[in-house]
Amino acid sequence: MTEFFQSTLGFGFGWFLATLLLILFIALPLLLAVAMIIYADRKIWAAMALRRGPNVVGPLGLLQSFADGLKVFLQETIIPSAANRGLFLLAPIITFTVALIVWAVIPFGEGMVLADINVGLLYILAASSLGVYGVILAGWASNSKYPFYSAIRAASQMVSYEVSIGFVLISVVLFAGTFNMTGIVEDQRGHIFGVINAYGFNPLLFPMAVVFLISALAETARAPFDLTEAESELVAGYQTEYSSMSFALFWLGEYANVILMCALNAILFWGGYLPPIDWAPLYVVPGIFWLFAKILVFFFIFSWIKATVPRYRYDQLMRLGWKIFLPLSLFWVFLVSGYLMLTRYGGVS
Amino acid sequence: MIQILAFYLFAIMVIASGVLTIIARNPVHSVLWLILAFFNAAGLMLLAGAEFIAMLLVIVYVGAVAVLFLFVVMMLDIDFAELRAGFANYAMFGLLLALVLVGEVIFAVGAWNAGGIELAQRVSPIPNDQPNIEALGALLYTRYLYIFEAAGLVLLVAMIGAIVLTHRRRGGTRPQNISEQVKRRPQDAVRNVNPPVGEGVQL
Repeated sequence: MTEFFQSTLGFGFGWFLATLLLILFIALPLLLAVAMIIYADRKIWAAMALRRGPNVVGPLGLLQSFADGLKVFLQETIIPSAANRGLFLLAPIITFTVALIVWAVIPFGEGMVLADINVGLLYILAASSLGVYGVILAGWASNSKYPFYSAIRAASQMVSYEVSIGFVLISVVLFAGTFNMTGIVEDQRGHIFGVINAYGFNPLLFPMAVVFLISALAETARAPFDLTEAESELVAGYQTEYSSMSFALFWLGEYANVILMCALNAILFWGGYLPPIDWAPLYVVPGIFWLFAKILVFFFIFSWIKATVPRYRYDQLMRLGWKIFLPLSLFWVFLVSGYLMLTRYGGVS
Repeated sequence: MIQILAFYLFAIMVIASGVLTIIARNPVHSVLWLILAFFNAAGLMLLAGAEFIAMLLVIVYVGAVAVLFLFVVMMLDIDFAELRAGFANYAMFGLLLALVLVGEVIFAVGAWNAGGIELAQRVSPIPNDQPNIEALGALLYTRYLYIFEAAGLVLLVAMIGAIVLTHRRRGGTRPQNISEQVKRRPQDAVRNVNPPVGEGVQL
């Protein structure tokens, strides 16, 4: 598409217009996906609690999220008089923007990626480490004690789990030999006996897949690690003072991050846009459907965990992050690099 | 053309947010301006073709260091008036430092232009088809391996030192022993008794 626009509109302007259109092609379906995934989330919890969930607006309640969206859009934005006005409004914008920009490097299919950069995985790590600012600023700018507690909790939680996520990513990168997202997916083609397209079935990487899944839950502050929004202690956490669209932006950003983490699980360990088995008839289905299917499976797991697992206590959360995941993933990096050194790079010479 | 525009945009933003870091009244705002400065510095790195360094700058400085800064500054109880009062005393000293820095920059640029020591090629020292992670790795893990490892060791020592200096063993606490709790079985904790009426249970 970029070539077509460049040939008709000139190099610079054509590139600009094509990129703008591609961004819209990613962002708009993503927002639609967020709306539907919120609906799916509520339906799954409802089913697990033997309730019916949203079932009034539209057929089967399918339009519930849009109705909610319209509702918050029409509400008044209340800014507390003691709040730091600029930062108070900046915080949800940061959360939402950061949740969207990460998608620039996600490969949806062979060659279907907005920015195929060499440091794709580092870009994701960099962008997701910005997400914490939305939360901290919201907590501080609200000038209210529960949001501030929540912001402190959220920040230390995210920083703690980012460490082990970093090590997990390094072991994947060692196997793939590249930071490029498409390169990581392509390296998984026939990884197990030349048949199965996934790192996850490799016994050296399976424990890392589990660590990554749990860390992803903590990083997105989903149950059982949703201490930032522990309603019995902190009202609604850092979102307490927010209303209408500013609240909705947090909400959308949060779910966009959840979908992103599901996509990362799929891409890093379970073959991304590749079909599960390297068998020609399966390639008839476009890669983007395989990726969606994997994202949905992981989202179901996320919801399932949220519906069944009780919330962690804060010290247990920190213990899990620093005393279990960090040493484990650090040791695993040694193990993986040692294994690769002996098998792929011909041992110590 | 676009590179030049981008360069001036990033450069102006770095300088402007640097200035605002100093003159902002609220310390939290100062830290936020500092973060903006880091960001734009990362943008400059991207323009120079060092995408790896740019990402590291964002991950390390924006994602970790500045978060801790922000934490500390948010929790400090700072009296702004008192802070401002000391400013005049240090103004001369600050000016002196600034002059020294300007002198050094001019000197460095002069030496660079003279080109006495050929350290490496000046612009784009790596071939374009090689990603700069690979180029960096190939240098760090071969030619500069010992220096690199030594730098890591220094950081490790600093980290352990900080922990040793600040860690206090407090008496009288009752920390949770997770393995003991996990090992506990119902038969260790529950006892079925059938006490006679009016006597109760001996615990």
